Amino acid sequence: MENTLGLLALSPPGWGGTLLAGLWASMQIAVGAFGLGLIIGLGGAYGKIYGGPVLRDCLGVYTTVVRALPELILILLLYFGLTDIVNQIMLGLGYDRVQISGVVAGVLVLGVVQGAYATEVLRGAILAVPPGQIEAARAMGMPAAKIARRITIPTMLGLALPGLSNLWLIATKDTALLAIVGFSELTLATRQAAGTTKAFFTFFLAAGAIYLAISMLSTWGFARLERWARRGDPPRMTGGT
Amino acid sequence: MQPHRLVMLAIAAALVVWVIVAGNWEWLPKYLPMIVQGVWRTIWLLVLSVAIGFTLAVPLGLAQASGPWFLAVPARVFCTVIRGTPLLLQVWLLYYGLGSLFPSIPWIRESELWPILRQAWPYALLALSLSYAGYEGEVMRGAFRSVPRGQLEAARAMGMPRFTIFRRISLPLALQGVLPTLGGETILQLKATPLVATITVLEVYAVASRVRQDTLITYEPLFLVAAIYLALAGIIALGFRWLESRRPRKSA
Repeated sequence: MENTLGLLALSPPGWGGTLLAGLWASMQIAVGAFGLGLIIGLGGAYGKIYGGPVLRDCLGVYTTVVRALPELILILLLYFGLTDIVNQIMLGLGYDRVQISGVVAGVLVLGVVQGAYATEVLRGAILAVPPGQIEAARAMGMPAAKIARRITIPTMLGLALPGLSNLWLIATKDTALLAIVGFSELTLATRQAAGTTKAFFTFFLAAGAIYLAISMLSTWGFARLERWARRGDPPRMTGGT
Repeated sequence: MQPHRLVMLAIAAALVVWVIVAGNWEWLPKYLPMIVQGVWRTIWLLVLSVAIGFTLAVPLGLAQASGPWFLAVPARVFCTVIRGTPLLLQVWLLYYGLGSLFPSIPWIRESELWPILRQAWPYALLALSLSYAGYEGEVMRGAFRSVPRGQLEAARAMGMPRFTIFRRISLPLALQGVLPTLGGETILQLKATPLVATITVLEVYAVASRVRQDTLITYEPLFLVAAIYLALAGIIALGFRWLESRRPRKSA
């Protein structure tokens, strides 16, 4: 037991510090990717609902392809593809090659993946906003951005939050996939610690406990957020007939 | 068909042709047998893990929906733990953890199962099955909860034994409602299979990684596996659509 705690100690003979550094990297990527996904998703949802036929079909291709391919393959394709494209552009403009940092690449790649799922979640929520509300706002001469800010987004938030909560949980767990492209987040840090010390169970269980704590905290947080977002809703009809 | 869709189809076809013509596919004939074997292994892993996982998910869901607390609480904890941690971590925990524990136990090493336990695929299959069971246990919980009460009461009133009620009433009704979700979850499971490549199971993604390491070609093997996964996902979607079309329609 003492031995186990020694392995998890924060200072260098123990590996706790390495795990925490990995956790910090994981969280940065998860938050960044979730945020980027929300922005892409909001744009995508509006495009799918109000856009022209060409835009709608393009977004349809994006969401279908991203959701049908394994994340691992998307990460590899986007990781190499995005770096290549950025470098081609930089070379074309007469600059030197740039090295994209692991965090930025991770955020971009997972953000594009999250964006596809967020598009579908937000589209469903926006469609559930009573059309009369939006028509009324239009009739009052409200500009589109203001309608979105004042009416559509606050009304749909309560409906979108359960789906967004799932997406956030997926984002935290998908950061583990970046271990495969060699980015030192929590899972890879754990594997390094476990491989060096041969205490596989200790470290994998510790990392599992950390992920579990994050997911339970987030579930609780999102439930509170949902209660807040629904505070103005009329009491729902619940229960069967 | 609308004209812009034709243009988009033409662009897509042109992209595919361009990838085929401009790409470097010289490695393909040499690695084709390995790729076919990899696809086969992916399918086996998927089918077996879905079958085992679903078999576990039914009791997990039933325990949570209507079981006594000493069954419901462990089932709930199991589902929460599986759904709250990354699959990659579970795969590595089982493979490296159990894989390092077993050799130190003499009777396991002497048992007849040892040649199997020394390989990677049992751990991959176990991890994938447990993961599917965890997610589906949650789905089945909802499904068993939504079985109308009157049906169960009627069956009980007819004096049906409990297991017959489960087999004839609860399970079919729960399955009907849950088929579309299961289709989506099975595609998610397909997308999870490449993770076992990290513990040296040579499924189709691992073959592609191998090609990339051997030939230093970045994109073409990835495009090929992407196409293979798209095709497999399409087949699963069609299969579930066929299953759904077979279920009896409600006559209102």
